Amino acid sequence: MQALLKNKSSRDTLAQVGFVGSILLMIVVFAITARSNLQAQGMTSGFGFLDRATGWGVNFSLIEFSTSDSYLKVIWVGILNSLFLGAISLVLATVFGTVVGILRVSGNKMAGLIGTTFVEVFRNVPLLLQVFFWYAMLTALPKPKQAYDILGVAFVSGRGIYLPGLNVSGMSVFLSVLALLVATALVLFIAMSRRFRHTEPTQKRTFNRLIWLGWLLVTVALFWLGRLPETTLLNLPYLKGLNFREGIRVSPELLACIIGISIYGAAYIGEIVRAGFNSVSSGQGEAGHALGLTPWQTFTRIRLPLAIRAVMPTLINQYVWLFKSTTVGIAIGFVDFFMIISTSINQSGQTLELIAILMGGFLIINYSIAYVLNRVNDAIKLKGTQLRS
Amino acid sequence: MTKTYRAPTLWDRIRADYFSSRLNTALTLTFGAFVIWVLWNLANWGLIHAVWSAENRDLCGHGGEGACWAVIDARWRLIMFGLYPFEEQWRSAIACCALVLVGILSCVPWFWNARRISILWVAGFATFYVLMRGGVFGLTPVFEQNWGGLSLTLFIFAAVSLLGMPLAIVFALLRRSELPWIARTMGVIIDTIRSLPLLSIMFTFAIVLPFVLPGWMIGDKLYRVIVGYALFFACYQAEIIRGGMQALPAGQEEAAKALGMSYVHRIAYIVLPQAFRNALPPTINQFVITFKETSLVVIIGFFEILASGHAAFGTSEWNFAHVEVYAFVALIYFVFVFALSRYGAYLERRTAIAAR
Repeated sequence: MQALLKNKSSRDTLAQVGFVGSILLMIVVFAITARSNLQAQGMTSGFGFLDRATGWGVNFSLIEFSTSDSYLKVIWVGILNSLFLGAISLVLATVFGTVVGILRVSGNKMAGLIGTTFVEVFRNVPLLLQVFFWYAMLTALPKPKQAYDILGVAFVSGRGIYLPGLNVSGMSVFLSVLALLVATALVLFIAMSRRFRHTEPTQKRTFNRLIWLGWLLVTVALFWLGRLPETTLLNLPYLKGLNFREGIRVSPELLACIIGISIYGAAYIGEIVRAGFNSVSSGQGEAGHALGLTPWQTFTRIRLPLAIRAVMPTLINQYVWLFKSTTVGIAIGFVDFFMIISTSINQSGQTLELIAILMGGFLIINYSIAYVLNRVNDAIKLKGTQLRS
Repeated sequence: MTKTYRAPTLWDRIRADYFSSRLNTALTLTFGAFVIWVLWNLANWGLIHAVWSAENRDLCGHGGEGACWAVIDARWRLIMFGLYPFEEQWRSAIACCALVLVGILSCVPWFWNARRISILWVAGFATFYVLMRGGVFGLTPVFEQNWGGLSLTLFIFAAVSLLGMPLAIVFALLRRSELPWIARTMGVIIDTIRSLPLLSIMFTFAIVLPFVLPGWMIGDKLYRVIVGYALFFACYQAEIIRGGMQALPAGQEEAAKALGMSYVHRIAYIVLPQAFRNALPPTINQFVITFKETSLVVIIGFFEILASGHAAFGTSEWNFAHVEVYAFVALIYFVFVFALSRYGAYLERRTAIAAR
């Protein structure tokens, strides 16, 4: 035994076996305790409950859902809602954040002052507090009877914002979004692929226009084919009794989450964008100026592309982090993935299985976001080993 | 004819910053008008038309024009101390001050070595705990269920930092261990926890853990949440420390090895001090985020400052005053977080100058 401990390689093996073994042992102890606890409560473990009907509804869903649908479907509803909220908030946060970042590097002190104040105010207050604040503001809007009327087609009230919608089937909307994704992918492919390296920029622009036109035509066709029978195509909200009917309702919960997360995210992304611009050496911009480019051209053709490349890795982390923060929606009652899981735990009691689904879901989503964005980063980052900044 | 150099006057500087070109002038005027408009409205609401004293509650109109700071005047004790017994609230106040003092002292470079900073934090934390909990020195005991408001927020933050920091160092060392299985297992654990939302981890520790733990390990819900949060903190902080270690030239550790230093000495005297200096700005940033995210415990059902804010306008008497209470709570968070992040920015500038 003494000799075994003196040998480095056997000591190393022992340490590794001990470390991994103790973690496995911990998991086994947890599993056994959980099993005996569950048996004491007379519950069956396993994923069989996923096929059972829930018996409770959700107040916001992108796909049709009724109380007789299964747990599997309600979890899917939650994932879709989270992705929906995440997609909108991340896009808005990026747009606002870029604007704020540009304000701060614009060289105009007054613009810089506004940008700095925005960042400092919204970055230094917890997201949860901001979401609560926006929710309180939105629900304090007037009742539907006194709602603000925007041109007679949209209404702003404390019960939500009502927008005109289209009477088309869900399938055609889904296909149209799919077509949009395909079109975007095509445009990106043309911009980056080697096959189009030698194509003239004007020709590329024509391609892009054709692609967007094609998408527009496909969407119009889809909506025409998918329109619901015996209704008008446009579907305007109108006041009936104490509330609005028809139209698309954007609930205060969703809106508060979107506003809160996109403003909070914008404060962080603004800082990242600013750091990106600062990392582009002033010589680059001066060289562009010396070549006779206008300030706008120097900005869009030289400083912006270089800054985007510089901040991409930081931005990827920020996106993953922002997506995780969409879980604060539960505090004001937005039915996201996390809220669905916690309600399911209350209703079905299948705690461990549901937590496993929650963790698995977040792992998959976050790794996918990071994977896709890392591929984008690989595609656009500066190649070669020269120091260019 | 030679041009003489003239030092730029104040007016020259203003012109360069705000009116250097026609576009710049237009931007300055537009943004300036916007700033004045916002400031005017804020002053109108928050100062000129505001009601300050709780005696004039009736002046606070429902949907009136001014802010109703009367609610803060009437309920500030609830917001700051939560459900802590009224006669004992001075203890809560002193305990908070003690922790803030510890925070300020740990910004002084004299405390920046392992022994001094640990003694400072452990002593400060012990003072806080004794004052809050009572039961010794003739203080009446107050149990954790009655803690609330700012002191609970600070308690969670301090406990998480105190527990998480040593854990983070251990994680970082295991993560870069030369033994592949230890490094890989630790890597999987860190990456998994990092990709989960903090809220789901708190939720798991608060609600799920009693199912899987043997009875004697369950403990109070508050401490379970703190342990979960500390684990989350440690996983993020471990990656920050690892980043600091990676920035070290390999020669540092090799030289220590060549001198015959043991592993513990190498880590404690050569690697960690330098790694921490490299990792100081992101570490401060991590503390900032940790402080802000203590607010998430509201969702698990704790009575920290955001929840006590909710309670402050929860009665029918004050139910219209949510904006004022949120503004007050936001201000408290802002003071702490802004001070910390400014300090982080100062350190970043300092290290940048030192590195030149």
